[in-house]
Amino acid sequence: MLKNDILLSVANLKVYFRSPDKLSRAVDGVSYEVRREQTVCIVGESGCGKTVSALSILGLIPQPPGEIAGGRIMFDGEDLLTRSDEELQKIRGNHIAMVFQEPLTSLNPVFKIGDQIGEAIRIHQNLDEKALQERCIQLLKNVGIQSPKERVNAYPHQLSGGQRQRVMIAMALACDPDLVIADEPTTALDVTVQAQILKLFRTLQQERSMSVLYITHDLGVVANVADRVNVMYAGIIVEQGSTRHIFKDAQHPYTQGLLASLPTRSKRGKRLHSIPGTVPDPAYKPRGCPFHPRCSHAIRTCREEYPAMCDFGDGHLSRCPVIYEREIRSV
Amino acid sequence: MLSFIGRSVVQKIVTLFFVSIISFLIIHLAPGEPSQVDPLNPKFTPEMVERFRQEFHLDKPLYVQYLYFYRDLFTGRTVSWKDNRSVMVKIWERFLNSLPLFIVGTILTWTLSFPIGIRSAIFRGRVFDRSATFISYLLISIPGFFFAYVLIILVVTYFHVPVIGMETFGMGEASWPSMAMDRVWHLLLPSLLGATGGIAVLSRYVRSQMLEVEGQDFVRTARAKGLPPDDVHYKHALRNALLPFVTMFGLILPGLIGGSVIIESIFSWPGMGRMAYEAILARDYPVILTVNFVSAVLVLIGTFISDVLYLMVDPRIRM
Repeated sequence: MLKNDILLSVANLKVYFRSPDKLSRAVDGVSYEVRREQTVCIVGESGCGKTVSALSILGLIPQPPGEIAGGRIMFDGEDLLTRSDEELQKIRGNHIAMVFQEPLTSLNPVFKIGDQIGEAIRIHQNLDEKALQERCIQLLKNVGIQSPKERVNAYPHQLSGGQRQRVMIAMALACDPDLVIADEPTTALDVTVQAQILKLFRTLQQERSMSVLYITHDLGVVANVADRVNVMYAGIIVEQGSTRHIFKDAQHPYTQGLLASLPTRSKRGKRLHSIPGTVPDPAYKPRGCPFHPRCSHAIRTCREEYPAMCDFGDGHLSRCPVIYEREIRSV
Repeated sequence: MLSFIGRSVVQKIVTLFFVSIISFLIIHLAPGEPSQVDPLNPKFTPEMVERFRQEFHLDKPLYVQYLYFYRDLFTGRTVSWKDNRSVMVKIWERFLNSLPLFIVGTILTWTLSFPIGIRSAIFRGRVFDRSATFISYLLISIPGFFFAYVLIILVVTYFHVPVIGMETFGMGEASWPSMAMDRVWHLLLPSLLGATGGIAVLSRYVRSQMLEVEGQDFVRTARAKGLPPDDVHYKHALRNALLPFVTMFGLILPGLIGGSVIIESIFSWPGMGRMAYEAILARDYPVILTVNFVSAVLVLIGTFISDVLYLMVDPRIRM
């Protein structure tokens, strides 16, 4: 029972992009788990490898130039990385579905939305046309689209941004997947619509008892949806733990910096904190801890040794031995 | 939809009016005179030249000549100055000669470019794509007339079939099947040569269009749904990649009358292109202007068809 509770487990995943003159280590040894009915967030700045790590679960990394350089992705007891593309096709959309960032460009402009949703069902399930149509209307209703009977024949350009994202979600839910990967689904939407979509995600997840892997750079969203959080920086996970751990008891300087940069009521009128420096180019990462050039806690070993994952107990891990030792000493 | 068609037709008629003026002026701006009124020709006495000038209204001001010409054109009375035959009849004869060349060439171009371009895009960087790219650039770089002579030499020396003209001289007595085969052989080389440039350019264009669409987000969405690669490429990507070519489809139409001067000259093919070329050399104004006018009409009809087709295939464009 306990073993089966883990739906997705990514272990030491490495995804590299090769170009003639350099090797970009976009994802460089990432491990995390998603349990059933859990929402797990991956949070990090643009270019830290969070989208790439999500796309590789479904085998959607273009190869070449991309390559999976190592690791394991266990989904429901099978290793997805050893599966052929044909076997993955049966999993995509059926057991694992994906919601993308830009609903406008992610929907095909020349097909009706009903056809695009129906297509996902048709390839995985045997339904006649009439049942298919009803199913599409039902799905549109579930994601809160007004007058779904007419909307099913609309083209993407006839919908608003929020409605398009609802259509994307309906498409992802079409085959009742066990896991939905949401890649910044609210980034392209304005704040009120964002709140609606997040609420929709929460309700749907509870109704359908599915797991969600939510990728975002927005800590506000993380606090809103996540059960567990993975903080990514330059292709590695620097800290992971429950949402409470991350927000109340962050142990990595990067996480602390991110939290300090959030606007809160007590900081009203003051300048917001910012982390000095920029994210390193994935092709030219610094030796040792990739965060050390921007870190105020950095000591000599940070420049030389790759930091180990330190266990703070209760599933809270952080890749900062400096802070870990300080904590141990103070205990 | 109807208002779109109405507006479009009115616009095109206005365009046509300006085209008629400009082409008339350009032809008359060109140096030289019609061969029948050339004062340098020793056979013509000054009286004869003067008579011809009056006959052709060349002694009148340009705008009167313009009116005369278009009056004759619309009443079907235009005649060639060279042989006094009706221009429309002349064009029709030559058009029938050019038609098979045009049809075979167009079919070759459109049926070969698309599969080649699409496959190159899907298998980009592989052997097929690389060889298609190499051959395309080779065909684009080799001048058509040179390539034509190389092919003629090869075909004539290795297959021993005559390829010049529309049919072999003196075939009148031959049986029906051998006549047909003779026609096919004569048709094959010029239409293939007429198509090579088109195939090379169009397949490149299809490839880049397809590549662009393959990189779009909705193609990734289609893959994420679990669609097999064929559905992803040929349904989701191709449907979008084809949109710009719908516009080009209407523009084939003017090719009907243009013909290819070079190919028709090399193969002694009595087509439209050669007739127009010879008419220009002789300053046979009625023929030049009629060909000009008819092709302008075809261009306008072609763009009109393109607009309507685009309206039908792209749901984003609706009135």
